[in-house]
Amino acid sequence: MARAAILRRLSWQAASIAEIREETDTARTFVLDVAGWEGHTAGQHVDLRLTADNGYSAQRSYSIASAPADDRLEVTVQRVPDGEVSGYLVDAAQPGDMVELRGPVGGYFTWDPEELDPVLLVAGGSGIVPLMSMIRARGALHSRVPFRLIYSTRGPGAAIYADELRRRVRDDRGLDVAYAYTREVPEGWPRPAGRLDAALLTAAGWPADLRPAAFVCGPTGFVEAVADLLVAQGNDPSRVKTERFGPTGG
Amino acid sequence: MDYLDGNMLAGALREIFTVDVTTAQARCAGCGRTGMVAQTRVYEHAAGLVARCPGCDGVLIRLVRAPDRAYLDLHGTSFLEMPMP
Repeated sequence: MARAAILRRLSWQAASIAEIREETDTARTFVLDVAGWEGHTAGQHVDLRLTADNGYSAQRSYSIASAPADDRLEVTVQRVPDGEVSGYLVDAAQPGDMVELRGPVGGYFTWDPEELDPVLLVAGGSGIVPLMSMIRARGALHSRVPFRLIYSTRGPGAAIYADELRRRVRDDRGLDVAYAYTREVPEGWPRPAGRLDAALLTAAGWPADLRPAAFVCGPTGFVEAVADLLVAQGNDPSRVKTERFGPTGG
Repeated sequence: MDYLDGNMLAGALREIFTVDVTTAQARCAGCGRTGMVAQTRVYEHAAGLVARCPGCDGVLIRLVRAPDRAYLDLHGTSFLEMPMP
């Protein structure tokens, strides 16, 4: 690991919500001000903790959405049914509110820009968030490492960052984006609504011979299905990194 | 019950250790399988976190954080090998 430097122990620190952006009906991006923030590696996450007046507290892990080069830390949170942390953040939090933060953490699900192998990113729903940090990191570095993203969402309206992805496909050379819509498709869309399958992975991914670095993030069932398909297509399991957020990720 | 990745232990372990233990190789004391801590299966229980071996489902790590202390049970892990500078 490139970042094996000895660090300090981490503890919780205060973060203030500087800005909130609506991404979709159920997802918001929080721009956080954190004193002494020393940056992160694309793909890492932070733990956020909320404490009620009666002392009850709840914490969850959220992927960092911003690029390491960005001045400010951004996380995108999707509301999950009955999610006590995501529900508060998406429905009630306001700019100026404080949360507690621990991070950045996690050295496994990260993209190292010095690795020149082609990259396949596969996102299910809000699993796009850490992958977007990698795409933004690549853009900020003007990296020429070939990236392909396959993004599975219910429909076009549920896709987070859709406008930015469209712009980056135009401007960031060597980035391709394909969508797998599972419930509703735009008019004239060539592929019927349905799950991401082997055919789309073949068409929009990389041949296993190229030894791509694959990052798969989404709900548990999605991640396992995609990882199994990639291994069945000849990818080395050690080259397929996964991050599940599961239904308990709320 | 649904599980998460060992990757999500990173914050809780970085409260205790100064290196990222999720990128360590852990050997399961039960079946002998070695794999990255980030790839274990983590179950959240009321008071703590339990990381199980993806091979045999044995408990590798059990971590409970109380307000003034942490309990870390590693008896299911026979070794941890981690990158060091």
